[in-house]
Amino acid sequence: MTLTQLPVRRPPSAPAVARRARWARVDLKVSPYLYVAPFFVLFAVVGLFPLLYTGYVSLFDWQLGDDTAKFLGAGNYAELLQDPQFWNALVNTVSIFLLSSVPQVIVAVGVAALLNTNLRLRTGFRMGVLVPYVASLVAVGIIFGNLFGVNYGLVNSVLDLVGIGRIDWQADRFASHIAIATMVNWRWTGYNALIVLAAMQAIPPELHEAAMIDGANAWRRFRSVTLPLLRPTITFVVITSTIGGLQIFTEPKLFSAMPGSNTGGSTNQFQTVTLYLYQSAFENLRLGYASAIAWMLFLVIVLAAVGNYFLTRRLSR
Amino acid sequence: MRRPGFTVYGLLVAFILGSVFPLYWSFLVPSHGNDILTDKIPPLLPGGNFFSNAQQVLDTIPFWHAMLNSVIVSGSVALSVVIFSTLAGFAFAKLRFRGSNVLFALVVVTMAVPTQLGVIPLYMAMSEFGWAGHLQAVIVPNLVSAFGVFWMRQYLADAVPTELIEAARADGCSMIRVFWHVAVPAARPAAAMLGLFTFMQSWNDFLWPLIALDQNNPTIQLALEQLQAGYYVNYALVLAGTTLATIPIFLLFVAVGRQLVAGIMQGAVKG
Repeated sequence: MTLTQLPVRRPPSAPAVARRARWARVDLKVSPYLYVAPFFVLFAVVGLFPLLYTGYVSLFDWQLGDDTAKFLGAGNYAELLQDPQFWNALVNTVSIFLLSSVPQVIVAVGVAALLNTNLRLRTGFRMGVLVPYVASLVAVGIIFGNLFGVNYGLVNSVLDLVGIGRIDWQADRFASHIAIATMVNWRWTGYNALIVLAAMQAIPPELHEAAMIDGANAWRRFRSVTLPLLRPTITFVVITSTIGGLQIFTEPKLFSAMPGSNTGGSTNQFQTVTLYLYQSAFENLRLGYASAIAWMLFLVIVLAAVGNYFLTRRLSR
Repeated sequence: MRRPGFTVYGLLVAFILGSVFPLYWSFLVPSHGNDILTDKIPPLLPGGNFFSNAQQVLDTIPFWHAMLNSVIVSGSVALSVVIFSTLAGFAFAKLRFRGSNVLFALVVVTMAVPTQLGVIPLYMAMSEFGWAGHLQAVIVPNLVSAFGVFWMRQYLADAVPTELIEAARADGCSMIRVFWHVAVPAARPAAAMLGLFTFMQSWNDFLWPLIALDQNNPTIQLALEQLQAGYYVNYALVLAGTTLATIPIFLLFVAVGRQLVAGIMQGAVKG
């Protein structure tokens, strides 16, 4: 009874077999390209093309909503190289970047070493160092803007209490850089500590045991075994923080005591390059000039990333 | 292994207190009011004014509208990144095709490209299409991520046995069915991590939404900035807004923080 209800399975005809085999071959050959295509096509359209077109726009005197942009050639770049505000922004950016990346990497390695012990509540501690990650950059900017407030900020209250005295975190150029770097450090140190911790745990314990038998103390083992093996990870952390750090925008924009302004303080004392780019494009409406800033920053980032790569290789050898 | 001494715990607890304090402060101030900002020694326990300040936030900015916008944007971006990354990651990890090495090297290089610097032409294009001010203007430019492709490839390379794919092929499975029935189930843990990270990243995005959207249709980050720009002297109000906006992410963190930690550490070893 049931047997009769089964579909009758005839052997497929010869052409059908051939067709299926051909289809399978095409499927095998073409599928991989179809699967990677969406990424490459979309990236080309929304990532690569705008970046390259920025180079084109930078050759024009291009206003927002302009239909008849005037060709300038290298004019924007010539102006940019003589623009003190640009150099000021570049120095600020590098200064904030150094103040945030160097201490951050050192502290992250230290925290990772602390986490790499046989702790009770291990997961709890790991989650604890990641807490700042839940705060958005805008939230961080607002909160630290308050903490570093000149008159009513908690940091100044504490400094006053311990007798150091108040610091003008807004007006003083270097102090403002420290305040902004503190935001970056606060948000990212724990995150990077976890990355370094993972690398530490990947180090085979035999290496430490061997060093211990050879009479190396804890510090010596850390310096001569752990640190060299962390090199690739530290290089990775430094390069990613270079690419991100040199584009810093949200923190300085939110830090300003004149909220909403793009000047980075009354004398541009903490205006970063990306903030200047934003001001040029969307406040001064000079798209061509802003594009030139973007390309200069791109160049700086490439140079810094390559430089960092060699520097960290050498330093942690 | 020996348990670490008191110093290790002490230092870690101090570090974590420093990590938590600014967030706690942004709750403490609105729970009292602006007057604690002038106190010599501010109270460390919360007061009872948080809800009235929070209510004032809701009356001042389109908070729920902005939250919904952020959820829509971050959700669509995360979904799209996960789908396209899994597809491409599967192809790079498991399929042999001409040029795959070169293309994958291209993906790796792409990870380092600061696409943020392309905002000006992107803005020009968005105005041209009439997308400026609409959510698609912040969704479409983020539909794919090079990091995502890299991440999924690294994971799938180990997670899917090549023999399984070959067996399925020999049984006459088409490639897309192999993808769906073999790769996708195996990819689930990595895909969840990628989705989570992408969601958080997109949630945080500020520069591009600031350019592409306007005050009438903001993401939550723009709404917060708006609040700060308008009422910066009223810190109790501004910080109440900050806290309100952080609470959902904090709850998410409590729920999946363990996986987040594991994901960051996994990514570090594989990357």
